[in-house]
Amino acid sequence: MAEEVKLIGMWGSPFSRRVEIALKLKGVQYEYIDVDLTNKSPLLLKSNPVHKKVPVLLHNGKPIAESLVILEYIDETWKANPILPQHPYDRAMARFWAKYIDEKCLPALWNACWCEKKDREKAVEEGNVCLKTLENELKDKKFFGGESIGFVDIAANFIGFWVGVLEDVVGVELLTIDKFPILCKWRDEYVGCSVIKENLPSKEKLGAYFRTRVESASQSK
Amino acid sequence: MGEENKVTLYGMWASPFVKRVEIALKIKGIPYEYVEEDLKNKSQLLLQYNPVHKKVPVLVHNGKPIAESLVILEYIEETWKNGPKILPEDPYERAKVRFWASFIQQQLLDSLVSAAKSSGEAHEKAMKEAFEKLTVFEEGMKGFFPSGTPHFEDENIGFLDIVLCSLFGPHKAQEEAHGLKIIDPERHPLVYSWVTALNEVPAVKESLPPHDKMVALIQFLRRNAPH
Repeated sequence: MAEEVKLIGMWGSPFSRRVEIALKLKGVQYEYIDVDLTNKSPLLLKSNPVHKKVPVLLHNGKPIAESLVILEYIDETWKANPILPQHPYDRAMARFWAKYIDEKCLPALWNACWCEKKDREKAVEEGNVCLKTLENELKDKKFFGGESIGFVDIAANFIGFWVGVLEDVVGVELLTIDKFPILCKWRDEYVGCSVIKENLPSKEKLGAYFRTRVESASQSK
Repeated sequence: MGEENKVTLYGMWASPFVKRVEIALKIKGIPYEYVEEDLKNKSQLLLQYNPVHKKVPVLVHNGKPIAESLVILEYIEETWKNGPKILPEDPYERAKVRFWASFIQQQLLDSLVSAAKSSGEAHEKAMKEAFEKLTVFEEGMKGFFPSGTPHFEDENIGFLDIVLCSLFGPHKAQEEAHGLKIIDPERHPLVYSWVTALNEVPAVKESLPPHDKMVALIQFLRRNAPH
């Protein structure tokens, strides 16, 4: 049976892009279906009835949702260029840090960008705690995955690219080189990798997208 | 017991996250040392082993610490390959299990914690949300039990069973403390029968926190919750 791989995603979503990075790293052929999140397609709603969100991977018609769950599935199904390390302890560390990024860092950084001005200082501080923790974890490694990008680096794509765009649009300082020199160096290496570079949205398009959000937020006040 | 393969679990008797690890270790037949932590006065060792979150559970294996209960479960599965399997072999089935475990952990638990911490209208709203999520879960689980009723005569329980019973095993104590039904057999018959069946499995039964002690703790936490 010919293998059929489809990805339902959204061009600006870091979660969606994570899956694309993994598929490209492994050389998996797939069909990409972009979704308008303001007008969700029947295919999306049928494939992810629980959350109605992207990304959803469809492998021979069977849907898998939640980006980190999808990454593990991809790693277990297509064995070339492993994303997770081999040793159980290293795998546990990778899962721990990816979880930390998703459950603590991303909400903190997102909140620092979108909260009310009066709450901003505190929110930025919380974002900084997360970034500092990651900075300490990275230490002298080139990537979280070691010499090449792995599970945690893919999970950190929001930090590698989206944060920079948001900083410009909302006018907040988060990933600064004076506070986080190691993480900034990681970011530069990261976006320099071809598999990452080719799977990022355009800075202009993403900036414009966030700008409209800023404008509509200020209008509704 | 020699130092190789030494397993220590840092926990707290009422924590569902710690329970998960205890149950998994019991099912796999892994000998371990248990260290009870006073969460109001955390030990230096705990803070050293889990500096990021400073929480239990932490599993220490051969001196190396692992934190986050679901990460620990996967580590246990991958490290002790003999004995019963907690996760399915097939990657798609594994993905389904991980998806639902994430749903329980992120969506369902969030609503229940909000409900436990609030009162009045906010509490009503949070409970309504929690029940809706339980219904989504109930619907999603129908495919997992084609015969309709979960039973565990062979005591082979898996990842999702462990996540569920760690949270809802003590539901009677939770219901008494909060004065309302959380796992209602009328509303969520599958989840109810599932949890009830799981509570009979020895590894789970042994790990259930004492009822009265649990009721007292929940009531204490509710009274002293910051508003």
